[in-house]
Amino acid sequence: MDYFIELFFGGLTRGSIYALIALGYTMVYGIIGLINFAHGEIYMIGAFTSFIVATVLSIYGFPLLAIVVIAGLAAAVWSSAYGYTIEKLAYRPLRKAPRLAPLISAIGMSIFLQNYVLLAQTSDFLPFPALIPDFEFMEPVAHIVGSSDLAILVLTTLVMIGLTFLIKFTKIGKAMRATAQDKTMAVLVGINVDRVISATFVIGSALAAIGGMLIASHIGQINFYIGFIAGIKAFTAAVLGGIGSIPGAVLGSLVLGLTESFATGYISSDYEDVFAFSLLVLILIFKPSGLLGKAETKKV
Amino acid sequence: MFPVKELKRSFLISIWFAFLTFPIMVIKVDPIERTVLWRWDNMFFIAFGSFVISILAKVYLLRKERRAGRKKAKKDIAEPFVQRILREPRFLYPLSLAVLVLALVFPMFFSTYQTNIMTTALMYVVLGLGLNIVVGVAGLLDLGYVAFYAVGAYSYALLNLHFGLGFWAVLPIGGLFAAFLGVLLGFPVLRLRGDYLAIVTLGFGEIIRLILENWNDFSQGPSGIANIPRPGFFGMDMSFASGITYIYYIVVALVIITIFVVNRLQNSRLGRAWLALREDEIACQAMGIDKTKTKLIAFSLGAFWAGFVGVIFAAKTTFVNPASFTFLESAIILSIVVLGGMGSIVGVIFGALILILMPEYLRALSEYRMLAFGGILVVMMVFKPDGIISNVRRSYRFKKHHSKEVIEP
Repeated sequence: MDYFIELFFGGLTRGSIYALIALGYTMVYGIIGLINFAHGEIYMIGAFTSFIVATVLSIYGFPLLAIVVIAGLAAAVWSSAYGYTIEKLAYRPLRKAPRLAPLISAIGMSIFLQNYVLLAQTSDFLPFPALIPDFEFMEPVAHIVGSSDLAILVLTTLVMIGLTFLIKFTKIGKAMRATAQDKTMAVLVGINVDRVISATFVIGSALAAIGGMLIASHIGQINFYIGFIAGIKAFTAAVLGGIGSIPGAVLGSLVLGLTESFATGYISSDYEDVFAFSLLVLILIFKPSGLLGKAETKKV
Repeated sequence: MFPVKELKRSFLISIWFAFLTFPIMVIKVDPIERTVLWRWDNMFFIAFGSFVISILAKVYLLRKERRAGRKKAKKDIAEPFVQRILREPRFLYPLSLAVLVLALVFPMFFSTYQTNIMTTALMYVVLGLGLNIVVGVAGLLDLGYVAFYAVGAYSYALLNLHFGLGFWAVLPIGGLFAAFLGVLLGFPVLRLRGDYLAIVTLGFGEIIRLILENWNDFSQGPSGIANIPRPGFFGMDMSFASGITYIYYIVVALVIITIFVVNRLQNSRLGRAWLALREDEIACQAMGIDKTKTKLIAFSLGAFWAGFVGVIFAAKTTFVNPASFTFLESAIILSIVVLGGMGSIVGVIFGALILILMPEYLRALSEYRMLAFGGILVVMMVFKPDGIISNVRRSYRFKKHHSKEVIEP
């Protein structure tokens, strides 16, 4: 039973990290219909920025709490800056281009960013400092649920609540929903669509950066290549839940995380990614619009 | 001349980029030695570089605008130079003959190394043309194309290992295996909308690679299969160099066959059905086109070429392992199609030659070539999203005395 609970919490942790990344995908897709391939790289840059900042601060002897807060903020700020810049450079000029053009641009951006970090930093795996301390009250259950699992779950839940609030009740959230529904109509009622799209990229990137920092400190090492597989998994999760739907992204991520966790725990760890993709294929075959996505009926 | 306002803007851009690249470019930490290296010179280079580039981009855009304004009056002549050549048979035939002769004498004038690179580039031409059927003509976004390539390569490696089958026997088998897999995968997933199809094919490509990597009994895992024989020629013993030349000619022949077949297909009843399906599925069904069947044919035909090239790849490198079949490979093939111009055969050929030869000759800047590759993809898409040579739809024009074009039944 302990093993089951351990796997369950492991899956939840994994799923909530996927959710942080998947939200960026699903929000961008919902608004401009683009698979933002560079999003995984944003996550990687977030992890790297927090790694650099945290290590520098710890070398200069800052207290742990300050390190966590400053590194998290730095990761969010810089990742958002990257997201904003990428949108402006690589996607905005392609608004009216054929459908595949922005996708290729995104793939190019992803390759570019990977190699940029590879050249500017290193190709080795870097040890990520443990940012989350072992809490004392977790002592009795520490062999099942680690402190970093708990911290990740709590933090992600808080972020999700914040995001829901932002989208439901603020002006920019309303503008985002309007733009996602109908871009032309949104322009007609006086919404600055370009700014809404930029804001989407900024928010999505910040979420990915937080995810990047959390998972890097959970796993304990980073590399310039981590963005690719995480990005694909998160995108899988977003599609699983029904792309474009925010609760769908969270649900899809949790399902994916749990599936992976149980499959690796009970069957075999070699085929971890195969399970993820097989799940995706199965769900898409039987419910093509994803778990929570709306089936689109096309009218002629 | 150059407005001061723009200079100020470029200055702000350079500051923005200096800020953006600050943590990654300037700071380098050593977590084990616990030292920090501040590389301020990098910041200067970034700021200066982005300043210059932003000015250049602005100048380019201004000139383009001015040219566009001037051109508006005589818009009708705007047909690109390349397309005019391609349309006129009296230019096209001598030109293709010249290219063919050039391709045939290539190994005699260049070293084995150059021939080898050219072989790789031509293999990508075939891959690009195969994917072009799926993505460019039929409009199905396939991000897992490399899976079929892997199937071809592994079918040669495994059939040779276990049953001792030769290159020529496996060549069609590899293609058929891949096509069969295409049908198998296509049957359930082709109902999906475009982007879902993209992610499912991506997942499928990864699944194939992971299976090859982990199923040790079947594929010998990550270490791959070595000592695959090169193709033989009636049992003749060939030196290393002549073997490479031989493969080169095989690939040239394959390219010619592919161009011929794809060209014929595009203007056939089936090709027109693909184009129609790409433009509007519902209208297409109303016209009585079997949607699933047409898509499946496109998908499996594309897979067939990939399997073909896969077999040649295994024979050329004499070694296969799963690392050759990553998503990056799919991305490169897709980039060839899109960069060259979707649906355009000449465009795909140019795209393949540029994208494959460029990194080879950029080896001087070896570290930076993938960086440049990514950057060029983005720049190409931003400035020329239709690709190098965009496809022109075949159209029928009336001539004065007789109509040369015959409408196919």
